[in-house]
Amino acid sequence: MRARRVRRWLPGLLLVSPSIVAIGLFVYGLIFWNTRVAVSGKHDEVSPLGFDGGKNFVDLWDQPSWPGAVRNALVFTAVFVLGALLLGAFLAFLMDKGIRGEASFRVVYLFPMAVSFIAAGVVWRWLLNPAPADRAVGLNQLFHDAGLGSLANTWWQHPDWGMAAMALPAIWQMSGYVMALYLAGFRGVPEELREAARVDGASEWKVYRHVVFPQLRPVTLSALIILGHISLKVFDLIMAIAGKQIITYVPAVAAYVEIFDRHDPANGATIATYLLVAVAVLVVPYLVWTIRSERAR
Amino acid sequence: MPAYVLLVTSFKPLQEAGPATAWNLPDRWSVSGWTAAWDQLRPGILNSFQIAIPGAVLAAVLGSMNGYVLSKWRFPGSDAVFTLFLFGMFIPYQAVMIPLAGLLTDMQIVGTIRGLVLVHVVYGIPICTLIFRNYYVSIPDELIEAARVDGAGMLRTYASVVLPLSAPAFAVTLIWQFTSIWNDFLFAVFLGAPDSWPVTVMLNNTAGSGAVAVQYNVQMASALLASLPTILVYLLLGRFFMRGLMAGALKG
Repeated sequence: MRARRVRRWLPGLLLVSPSIVAIGLFVYGLIFWNTRVAVSGKHDEVSPLGFDGGKNFVDLWDQPSWPGAVRNALVFTAVFVLGALLLGAFLAFLMDKGIRGEASFRVVYLFPMAVSFIAAGVVWRWLLNPAPADRAVGLNQLFHDAGLGSLANTWWQHPDWGMAAMALPAIWQMSGYVMALYLAGFRGVPEELREAARVDGASEWKVYRHVVFPQLRPVTLSALIILGHISLKVFDLIMAIAGKQIITYVPAVAAYVEIFDRHDPANGATIATYLLVAVAVLVVPYLVWTIRSERAR
Repeated sequence: MPAYVLLVTSFKPLQEAGPATAWNLPDRWSVSGWTAAWDQLRPGILNSFQIAIPGAVLAAVLGSMNGYVLSKWRFPGSDAVFTLFLFGMFIPYQAVMIPLAGLLTDMQIVGTIRGLVLVHVVYGIPICTLIFRNYYVSIPDELIEAARVDGAGMLRTYASVVLPLSAPAFAVTLIWQFTSIWNDFLFAVFLGAPDSWPVTVMLNNTAGSGAVAVQYNVQMASALLASLPTILVYLLLGRFFMRGLMAGALKG
């Protein structure tokens, strides 16, 4: 009896095993290895892999560039996540209300998702060019020509607001996606529910406020998780627009610079571990929750 | 929204435009930017195709097999395996950068196209598995059961019942994988070499960093040229692209 049950699932396991080995090695094995480097004193390419008890995780905060990188990442995340979420939800709301040419709008808004951050970055670097009025290009020039010269600014080179400007291209890229998520969410609300509320005398706004929006919480959660983890990992965009400048330093770029430019594996691995933990804190509960609620169905 | 649309259109008419007049339409249309861009990027574009096509196909095949097993031939602990796979989709690749470079060096495929294909296949498995699993869940169990009663084993059932139904899921994964491999920059930049650089790296290198005499027409043409394959895929097969996007949100 038992042998028969084994015969029932063993072939499946065998079929998946190449992927299990690959993921086990390339995801979990390498993460383990990276953590080992992070807790070692290997601050150059040649030292052996010792153990320094996690000193790096503390010392990192004394590095001049690190607290700024964390701050930049937080500013970027706040602006990007809120911006993309609000803009995406607003666009979906407009579409749900029915505007003309919905199909073509959808094409236009989702289009950025097909373009790499590198290609988009080439254009955005020009749009967000910080040159002042006489040599202005991009948005600054547009402001200037429109008589709004006072709006011209240094964009991503501004020490306090730079990262907020840097979030603009990311919002541009992702808000169409958020819109698509919300639109699917809106469409998932049964029309009978809305109709029932209308019959009860609810205004159109109240229908949304009390019937539609509460149903969208799962969508909002998905969008938050996706945007949040993209935000923590942002690398291509910053490299394309600013390169490795300290003013737009974020942990994802810092890890790269420490490993490949400063040749300090231990520091790079430490930064990468911080990143991984940040993403895991965000994603793991969500994954577990999703799989559980799916199984409950 | 107006700014948004404007930015989208700013992609289009920049064929011959100096920095100061870039918002205007060109007085004289010229393809010089395009030819220069093509000369610069051609090797990168060829590399990108050589990486993205096998990378997408292999990951899709593995994803299909995994999705089939994880939805229809579950084994003890298969949910845990699935969850562990999915986490691989979200990890920041910075967290595997050092050992991955070391591993590929040991395997002597660092800096090669084969190395990049391998990496993209492995890290493509999670999303492909997810898409196929969500798709196969909707195939009625009775169909599988019927094949089993007829004496078909797991592989037989897969080949004669499941695979013929899989075309839409293959379309979604292939498009999704092709697009994300084409647009990848991080893996390419630390695992690639000048010989194997895909177009994203070449584009970033040729775009320079704030040089004074930037040839905007060449730059814009390059950016467009480098995006052309994914844009075409999106325009021609947008419906499947959309579904890939939604699958990325876990609930397909």
